[in-house]
Parts: sequence; structure tokens; C-alpha cells
Amino acid sequence: MTPAGWFHLERLPTAAATLFFGALIVVFVLLARRGRPLYIRRIAGLEAVDEAVGRATEMGRPILYSAGLDPLEEVATVASINILGQVARRAGEYETRLIMPNRDPIVMTVAQEVVREAYAAVGRPDLYDPHDIYYTTQSQFGYAAAVCGTMMRERPATNFFIGHFYAESLVLAETGNATGAIQIAGTDSDSQLPFFICACDYTLIGEELYAGSVYLSREPLLLGALKGQDLAKAILLALLAAGTLLAFLGVDVRPWLGR
Amino acid sequence: MKRTGPVLLGFVIGMLMLVQHFTPDRWIAERYNNILDWKQVVFGLTLILGVVSLFLYHWRRIARREEGWRYSLLTVGGLAFMIGAAILFTPSRGPYPWMFEHVQAPMQSTLFALLAFYVASASYRAFRARNLHAALLLSAGVIVMLGRVPLGEAIGLNHISTWILDYPNLAAKRGVMIGVGLGMTATAIKIILGIERTYLGRGA
Repeated sequence: MTPAGWFHLERLPTAAATLFFGALIVVFVLLARRGRPLYIRRIAGLEAVDEAVGRATEMGRPILYSAGLDPLEEVATVASINILGQVARRAGEYETRLIMPNRDPIVMTVAQEVVREAYAAVGRPDLYDPHDIYYTTQSQFGYAAAVCGTMMRERPATNFFIGHFYAESLVLAETGNATGAIQIAGTDSDSQLPFFICACDYTLIGEELYAGSVYLSREPLLLGALKGQDLAKAILLALLAAGTLLAFLGVDVRPWLGR
Repeated sequence: MKRTGPVLLGFVIGMLMLVQHFTPDRWIAERYNNILDWKQVVFGLTLILGVVSLFLYHWRRIARREEGWRYSLLTVGGLAFMIGAAILFTPSRGPYPWMFEHVQAPMQSTLFALLAFYVASASYRAFRARNLHAALLLSAGVIVMLGRVPLGEAIGLNHISTWILDYPNLAAKRGVMIGVGLGMTATAIKIILGIERTYLGRGA
């Protein structure tokens, strides 16, 4: 069988880049396992999580968490669920109620499990109420209406909008702003980022969403993976800078790449 | 086993999904399609869980006469009505499509239309020139908005508007997208390799 019979040869660069990227992550994870200290920059939105949960505790009001509209197979939703685990641990420690309306029943089921386990991990399984993590509707604006209604009735002191959002992002964030809640948003949707930046107190921009659970957990192995990601980005930026410079100098690199 | 099993399953399925992208092999393509079919089955079952969750949530609010319990009553009534209408008249005729077209769709459109007001209030806060960054944002916003209307075109702002969108704006967007792409790939690799286990809950 020829290579083309079992491999999409045109996808070879993608495969090579994925393998290289994966290898970088594994190398940094191994370094972290050996105890090498790893520095990661401060992310204001994630630093504010404790303050936000603490504020809800002081005010005796709940925390609202939305994981966005996408199903669980989207990486942004998985990243959001990972952050939810960390937020729920803090909510459990502070004995603060966590409300989470869901648009996707699979996300709801996983979120219930993650929150239940997070409460149990901090020794407060009694605080978990499955009715606080509930399904609303599949409809985009139906979901927005349900979340806004919850914000107006329950008056949460803190709102988290973490995940992938669409046109409803501003409806949610502005309603939360009107209720006076401290708001932390995070999304990988570049078209919704400006809305969150305008209407929320802190916004996790793009990749910060994916770094969220690592940053909050400070798990050494995960920090290693994050450093690998940073190095990959540095390499990519260097390649972009080199390509830009060559383009300025009028050097055509396409023949070198066989194109 | 409680910990290893899900991680191992995640690795096998994750690798299969990754490999299928790079190979035209028919066996792998069939397994990929099997997984997508199973996803639909799982979704169908969890949708039942979702509806039960919705019902129980509102039923409890009604039973406890919590604030706004009448809205919960309306929700449960609407749910029962739509299920009943779909069973009695089929989803393609009778009250089910009528309710969808004349109640649900207009309500969704109304909420979408509210977005214009929210954009205005958010813009008001964002565009207050409190510091240099906000002043730059305000200037760029004004130029881009004016450049999109005939008046701006008449005074030549459309070229500046296009330049702002095509260069500084696009550069920032691409910067975000590169970070997002790397973040997505890193998260996927971490899950496949079992490094990221938060989503599995305690003890993972």
C-alpha cells in the first residue's frame, strides 16, 4: 500500500506540527515532575476568582456559572468544566451556593458530577444540591432568557461566563452588570470578546481560558504542559517574525517549501 | 481501575479521533462514524435527564412557592402542552408548529432585538474617554462607525476605517486566534495523555 493509501500526505505538516507540539508538552511535564520550578505570568481574571467567590460569601448570595452554548465535545466547554471544578472547590470551602443553568444535557450531567466531587473533595458533600445545576433549553435565546431571569430573581453576587458564546453574550453580561454582580468572563470566540470586555470586570482572552484550570489548581504537571504551550507559541511567533522579515526583503520562500 | 479506566478510554478514543484526521483508512473511518452515532444516542438519553432536571427544578419551586413560582408553573405547563401537542397531533401539524412559529420564534426574535439596546449601553461605558486607551478605543470606534455610512465616505473616512479593520484589528484578532488554536490543541493533548483530569472529578 502506498503512503497515500493510508495517510493524507497533504496533512503531513499538520501531523508533524501536532507531534512536535505534543512532544514539547511531554518534555515540560517531565521537567515539572522532576521538580523544576516553572513561572507563569499573572492572569488578573483568574486571580480575581477568590475575591469573587469571597464577595458572594460576604453578601450571602449565590454564584452563577454559565459554561456557554457549545456541547462537551468542544474544547472550550471542556476547559470551562475544568475551571468549574476549581470554582466549585472554592464555593465549597466558603460554603457558598453555586447555580449553573445549562443548555446541553451532557454538559449538565458532567457539571453535576464535577461539582459534587469538588464539594466532596473539600469535605462538604452536604452542600451539593443537584437542582442547582439544571437544564434549561436548547434554544439559544431561550437559554439567554433563562439565565437572565435567574440573575434577576436570585441576584447572584458573582457571575462566571466561561466557555464559547454567541450573540447572547452581551445580553447575559449586560443583565449581570445591571444586577451589580462582579463578573468574570472567558471565551475563545473573538467576535464576542469585545462585548465581554465592555460589560464584565475581568475577561479571560482566548488562550487564558485554556490556562484557567491549570492556573487555579497550580498542579505542577499541568503547569509543565502550560509552559510547553508557551514555548510553542514563542516558536510560532519567531517563525512569523522571520516570515514577515523575509517578505519585507522580497525573498520568496515558497520554492523552499515545494510550493 | 476507577481512575485508570476513564483515562485509558479517553486515550483510546482521543487517539482514534486524532488518527482518523490523518488517514483515509476505511476501518478507522467506520469507527469514527460509529462514535458519532453513539454520541447521538448518548445525547438522546441525556436529553431525557435534562427534561427531568428541568421539570424537577420548576416543580420544586412551585411546591415551595418560591419567588416567581408562577413562572415555573407556566414553564411546566408549556412543557406538558408541547409534549402533549406533539404526541396527539404530530410535530409537523396542529398546535405544536403553531406555538413554535407564533410564540417561541417571536420571543426569540424579541430577545435578539434587545441586543441593540445592550450594545448601546455597553458602548456608552466602554467609549468614555477616561484614559489614553479608552480615548484610542473611542477614536477608532467613531472612525470605523462613520466610515461605514455615506457621510463618512464623503469625507474619506471609509479608507481609514478599512485600514483600521484590515491591519490593527485583524492583527489583534489573529493574535487571539493563534493563542486559541494552541490552547485548544494543548488541552486536547493533555486530555488524551491523561495529564488533565479535572473533568473526571475528585481523585482523578
